[in-house]
Amino acid sequence: MSENKAMRLELLSLTKTYPGCIANDAVSLQVAPGEIHALLGENGAGKSTLMKMIYGVVKPDAGQMTWNDREVNITGPAHARQLGMGMVFQHFSLFETLTVTENIALYLTPAEYGTLDLLRARIIAVGDEYGLAINPDRLVHSLSVGEQQRVEIIRCLLQDIQLLILDEPTAVLTPPEVAQLIEVLKKLARKGCSILFISHKLHEVNALCDKATILRGGKVTGTCIPRETSPAEMARLMLGDELELQDTMPAGNAGECLLALNHIDVKPRDAFAIHLQDIQLQLHAGEILGLAGVAGNGQDELVDLINGELGSDSGSLILHGKDIGNTGVQERRNMGLGVVPADRIGRGALGNMSLTENNLLTSYINQTGKFGWLNWPAIKARATEIIATYKVKATGANASAKSLSGGNLQKFIIGREILQNPNVLVCFHPTWGVDVGAANLIHQELIKLRDTGAAILVISEDLDELYLLADRLGALCGGRLSPLAAKANVPLAQLGQWMTGDFGSHASQEVAHAH
Amino acid sequence: MRIEKRLQDSQLMVYLSPLIALLLTLISGALLFALLGRPPLGSLYTFFIAPISDLYGLSELAVKVTPLLLCAIGLTLCFKAKIWNIGAEGQFVFGALIGGAVTLQLAESEGIWVLPVIIASGALAGMAWAAIAALLLTRFNANEILTTIMLNYIAVNLLLWAVHGPLKDPEGLNFPESALFASQTLLPVLFEDYRVSIAIFIALFMLVVIWVVLTRTLLGFQLRVMGENHNAARFAGFKGKSLIWLLLLFSGAMAGVAAISETNGPVGQLIPTLSLGYGYAAIIVVFMGRMHPLGILLASCLLGLTYLGGEMAQIDQGLPKSITGLFQGMLLFYLLACDLLISYRLVPKSRAQKTAAITQ
Repeated sequence: MSENKAMRLELLSLTKTYPGCIANDAVSLQVAPGEIHALLGENGAGKSTLMKMIYGVVKPDAGQMTWNDREVNITGPAHARQLGMGMVFQHFSLFETLTVTENIALYLTPAEYGTLDLLRARIIAVGDEYGLAINPDRLVHSLSVGEQQRVEIIRCLLQDIQLLILDEPTAVLTPPEVAQLIEVLKKLARKGCSILFISHKLHEVNALCDKATILRGGKVTGTCIPRETSPAEMARLMLGDELELQDTMPAGNAGECLLALNHIDVKPRDAFAIHLQDIQLQLHAGEILGLAGVAGNGQDELVDLINGELGSDSGSLILHGKDIGNTGVQERRNMGLGVVPADRIGRGALGNMSLTENNLLTSYINQTGKFGWLNWPAIKARATEIIATYKVKATGANASAKSLSGGNLQKFIIGREILQNPNVLVCFHPTWGVDVGAANLIHQELIKLRDTGAAILVISEDLDELYLLADRLGALCGGRLSPLAAKANVPLAQLGQWMTGDFGSHASQEVAHAH
Repeated sequence: MRIEKRLQDSQLMVYLSPLIALLLTLISGALLFALLGRPPLGSLYTFFIAPISDLYGLSELAVKVTPLLLCAIGLTLCFKAKIWNIGAEGQFVFGALIGGAVTLQLAESEGIWVLPVIIASGALAGMAWAAIAALLLTRFNANEILTTIMLNYIAVNLLLWAVHGPLKDPEGLNFPESALFASQTLLPVLFEDYRVSIAIFIALFMLVVIWVVLTRTLLGFQLRVMGENHNAARFAGFKGKSLIWLLLLFSGAMAGVAAISETNGPVGQLIPTLSLGYGYAAIIVVFMGRMHPLGILLASCLLGLTYLGGEMAQIDQGLPKSITGLFQGMLLFYLLACDLLISYRLVPKSRAQKTAAITQ
């Protein structure tokens, strides 16, 4: 099966089983030297498990692995590094209180780096060579996410690297940072380093990769050359059956203002919170407002603020013309506010409780009798209705929330809110980790709700989703809100600038001009 | 053998675990008796069967069950919400102290209001003691496990001070005990010649109340949600601090009533060793009873039996009193160990390899 050419990495029928699921089922793939190889698949397809097996974090139950045409049995990450592999995980492993140089020194043995001064010089040299400019003396906590990723990549490059594994490297980056990363990776590949690039974003794979292996449900469903394959074909391999993907949605008709945030300021409550500054936002009946932004730029705080879990230090919050600054979650829900949080399990739903009970978690507002008496049959009937209406795949209303897949639970949560007829709905990551079919259903339901006159705020990192759903767009960066403008007047480049905090007068003038 | 996580928690093991723990406790108990040179089975009989082999024994069991059940009722609601109130003991002792002081004041009073006032004073005192922990938890975020345990010691020392000082019986030959309570201040017994009092009805009534609250009301749902996940409760708009106050105060009140059931029941005065650790044993009751009202009733009978058995073993076999605590400790120890099997299972090594082979 092997070609004449030497292979950098070859996997033969790698299998890994966890209790209750086969994460990888006889996965085979080949990576040539200098090749950029994409590993495509939906959330839960088994991409991360495969990466971890290659890097020695997880041991395969069965199968073979060859490295430079020699069979290897990788005993752990240290062994993998020795062989010439480097991996950049989705969540960085950096010490925030140390400098870049110190962080990298921790990763290497003293024999590898000599002295800190020598290492510092090498970091600068490697940075220059690959266009990964970084100041080695800066403390990691002062770096942006994109810069922290550079540190992770540089520390892989300091060794004699032959294979670089990147686990969804673009998920945390703004569009300009993505473009920069792609340049770096191409340069690396030209120098002979193979790259294994995990993603579920088809356009990135198209722009970057020489070959792609597609995983679905732990199995390889196909390999292709992205440049010669249509995105539709790759999506089919990724998702299975041919799906009707809607790429446009009808526009809404904005009516009166239902929710207004006027000059809201929320000081951080702890060291990790973001300072919301001078937030001004008006949400109208019959419109969807989309807010973009890289995670951790104030989205959590904004949702908590609107839900009533977090109070503001100054400014006013107006719902239906009434100042609700001092009201709690219950009162706001009584006024018709619905919120879909980002964390499905743990906030939006309770894993160990049944769907009936999870329905009650927010529907208690209108499903509780006198003295807090509960009519369980009625509550269960509502849960059953949600399951039927929103095509939730579950064994019934008695199924526990954690027995549902992420997408199905999200359908249930969104259904739960919509069935309560909210007039203002806040959706945080409505389709994060949800398969395309379920995402499509959720999108259509949101549009339907909007057309009944509800005001919807969608906060998402998925720009495709925002451009699909929103009537107006904006972005959060560092706790500040960009200008908001009609979708047609916000090109991707503009939104990217806003996401990096560049709300410059030039940009806003342009938007104003376009109006 | 290796330990493997189950796909889903085993509902069977939830109920089986206390039974296995009981069995292991009995086996360990038999071994212990054998090591002490006593006949193992005979000693187990003395401990677990002999005390309840006649009607009087059964009524004595009800006497022990009353304070255990009352304390456990309050703790059940707390533990459902994952508020780890370890302070039923202190709330019990403080309730006894204040209830006892009130009882002594009312020695000359007659009227149907006397008993309700005494019970209420015990309940209020228990609530006051629990309120300290509630305040520290809601205001300063002080861990309730630590504060309630520390408050237990303070309450016990307050009782010691009281019976050595202000509440000491002037005619009591300098013993650290209060005067005997007047007969009209004692809880009426159900049957003549038996010590079980009407307090058992209060306990059974409250058991039904918490059963209804837990299964049929929004309050019960809220505290279950809070126990499951604070963030979800906050998100849904449940008022966590109010719930903490409510649950700790209720638990304190129940412990206070439990104290009155002892002081104004079988004991009939304030003595330094008033609580035989009912507040601690009630914790075991709640866990053995799986936080379910019926289970708690059964578990309080079992724990009540360890008191009777301990007394019997003292009389019959000359074993020290601490044998009761030993059996209670073993029960809790084995229960916690067996609870591992709810979420995990033991798999023989060979089978584990076979499943791996099948998937190849």
